[in-house]
Amino acid sequence: MTQTPVLELIGISKRFGDTQANDDISISLDKGEVVALLGENGAGKTTLMSILFGHYTPDSGVVKVAGVELPQGKPRAAINAGVGMVHQHFSLSANLTVLENVMTGTERLFRLGSNTRAGRKKLMEISERFGLKVDPDARVGDLSVGEQQRVEILKALYNDAQILILDEPTAVLTNIEAEKLYATLREMAAKGLSLIFISHKLHEVLAAADRVVVLRGGKAVAERKAKDTDRAELAELMVGRRVARPVREASTPGAVVLSARGVSVGTKLTDLDFELRAGEMLGIIGVSGNGQTTLAHLVSGLVAPDDGTFEVFGEPVTRASVTAMIEKGVGRIPEDRNAEGAIGDMTIWENAVLERVFSSRFSKAGLVDRQAARTFSSQLVERFDVRGGDPDKRIRLLSGGNMQKLILGRNLMDDPKILIAAQPTRGLDEGAIAAVHARILQARKAGAAVLLISEDLDEVISLADRIQAIAGGRLSPPVDADKADPRQLGLMMAGDWDDVEPAHAH
Amino acid sequence: MDVIEIFASAGLWGAVLRIATPLIFGTLGALLCERSGVLNLGIEGIMTFGAMIGWLTVYSGGDLWTGIMAAAFFGALFGLLHAVLTVPLGLSQHVTGLGITLFASSLSYYIFRLSVPLASSPPTITPFQPIFIPGLSDLPFFGPALFSQTAPTYLGIALALGLAYVIFRTPLGLAIRMTGENPHGAEAQGVNPIAVRIGAVMAGSALMGVGGAFLTLSAFNSFFPTMVQGRGWVCIALVVFASWRPGRALLGALLFAFFDAFQLRLQNVIGAIPYQIFLMFPYLLSIAALVVMARRARVPQALMQPYRRGER
Repeated sequence: MTQTPVLELIGISKRFGDTQANDDISISLDKGEVVALLGENGAGKTTLMSILFGHYTPDSGVVKVAGVELPQGKPRAAINAGVGMVHQHFSLSANLTVLENVMTGTERLFRLGSNTRAGRKKLMEISERFGLKVDPDARVGDLSVGEQQRVEILKALYNDAQILILDEPTAVLTNIEAEKLYATLREMAAKGLSLIFISHKLHEVLAAADRVVVLRGGKAVAERKAKDTDRAELAELMVGRRVARPVREASTPGAVVLSARGVSVGTKLTDLDFELRAGEMLGIIGVSGNGQTTLAHLVSGLVAPDDGTFEVFGEPVTRASVTAMIEKGVGRIPEDRNAEGAIGDMTIWENAVLERVFSSRFSKAGLVDRQAARTFSSQLVERFDVRGGDPDKRIRLLSGGNMQKLILGRNLMDDPKILIAAQPTRGLDEGAIAAVHARILQARKAGAAVLLISEDLDEVISLADRIQAIAGGRLSPPVDADKADPRQLGLMMAGDWDDVEPAHAH
Repeated sequence: MDVIEIFASAGLWGAVLRIATPLIFGTLGALLCERSGVLNLGIEGIMTFGAMIGWLTVYSGGDLWTGIMAAAFFGALFGLLHAVLTVPLGLSQHVTGLGITLFASSLSYYIFRLSVPLASSPPTITPFQPIFIPGLSDLPFFGPALFSQTAPTYLGIALALGLAYVIFRTPLGLAIRMTGENPHGAEAQGVNPIAVRIGAVMAGSALMGVGGAFLTLSAFNSFFPTMVQGRGWVCIALVVFASWRPGRALLGALLFAFFDAFQLRLQNVIGAIPYQIFLMFPYLLSIAALVVMARRARVPQALMQPYRRGER
């Protein structure tokens, strides 16, 4: 069946300064179709969609909706033409209700009153029709991330969107929420909506899309039907070369360096038992929000246990002290690198030495030894392949992957005895993931005890020696990674581990 | 007269409404600006200029309401200056606001000195007179306590209710709130955050101007340079106290005015201590009230964050 595509992007080009973000890209979308736009960070996906939605004006090229050209640079025109955009960073207001968020801008601005009754009715109808359940009077800030995304989608549908653009829709979702989202998207397509979603995750592209367009370096390099391709091919197309994630080699664990017996912290962690040996990696798998943050804080010295025994190198920890932990040789990769890992507006060298700036190595007579600090950060940049890592550049200008490499490097330069890696590859693209994994494995090989906290099953299974699941602030008994299967781990992540055989019992 | 008698006097309650009026206008003005995401510390200067220009308009032969309109107009003009600097240009809202306060205050004194010859006692005008409301104003106690005010006071109270309606019940109010919470979200919904912010700051600043004009056209009958006396800053605090809600702003202004009216009368009762101690009284109580109220306040999320298109 041939018909006019509902959406066409023809020869779109856009240049920002020296970078050609989009280079003559053409894409079309049919009614009821789900197209995935696959590409690494910086491939030009978001730029392309921002042009489509009127946030940017292209240098050349046109956007046609149902054969009619869209005026450039006008979000309202795109909305009126039936294009809805679900942004990666939600454009919601936490302090307003769901209904208020949805209704903003939908009525004539200078009306005497707002017809909330009609708005509520319409919202409920849409929510019913597409199975997107939501309480219209809930304050958006009180909703979970998955629910907030539902509100974003509803907002687009409320504007009668026929074409829905989703920018990295699963970036902030847990695996389970993400799977629900794919199902919803498929269902919406079956009901006649047309969707484009942007992603750099191979499995979700294969799971949710009919057709995949691969972007690389601002060019559309390939187009495949989802059923005619596989992960390996897509990965190669996306990165431009063959990438393989490294896998751990066998190792002989040494002495116990970290141990917890019956440790509780506030209401977040209850009765934890775990043990970590030198040269070994313990994977903590779980859906985020189950106490991982507090666990990372505990081992980083940001909080102290309220109950139980927590020992580092055999010495009990009773008081929260970050400095003491760093002195003991604990390296940390925080889960939110922008909030806790780096200070965006400070330079790379400042960020590189910040946690050790009081040591005699980087300060003399109360003054920062800039020479030593700069030398250290240049070495770090070189050794850990931080691209664009001029020591005097502000760190926020680095891409996520390079910022993560810098944070990793800052910790690994001094051969830490314990490394806590919390969600180390969240939001990174395939190439950067492989690099980060290799570095973490290297640290393990050098004898560091690694605590890997992650919600990515593949990551934990391929890197960790033993795995414990975290659910509701409790830890499961450990299982050997060699013997773990994803199904069992999935159950354990849901808190069901009564019939799990602990790894060290036999 | 002892402390109990102060409460029983109708004069106290009449004074509360009178003292509250400039605060009501100023607080509503600041609140409107902040709801759109712009802190306007120009308020102190804009109130001073409003007081001066309102008075000068009437002094040079204008009608009292023309004086109010002039104050609103020039308030909006200073608002436009603040908005242009902070919204499209994205300058620091603190620094710009304080600059506007210094500029508007100094300009007020300058224009006043140019227009009015130096005299030992400042020239006066005939201010607004209390409105006599048949059936209400002649009630015993309640008449003088509540119904012996001038027109702008009633206008201020009505305005608080009106602004609450606009903010919470109209599409425009929703657009203003959305802009103050997440301008990128507003933009994505087809609302122009820059226009909303400029409009809200101009309207809010017009209200500040009117608040200043009340001082010279109703509360007193002459202008002197220091007459605003920090009321603008009180308004900024009252916005926080009110959790950015017009109804609570009205209550907050009345509460502060009550403390103020009370301390004025307390000065007469207790004579042994220097009266300056009583001047501190309303401010101390305000800080205490702020501590209690503001801890629960939901600050507009994008307050003081400049909006730049296409940037996050």
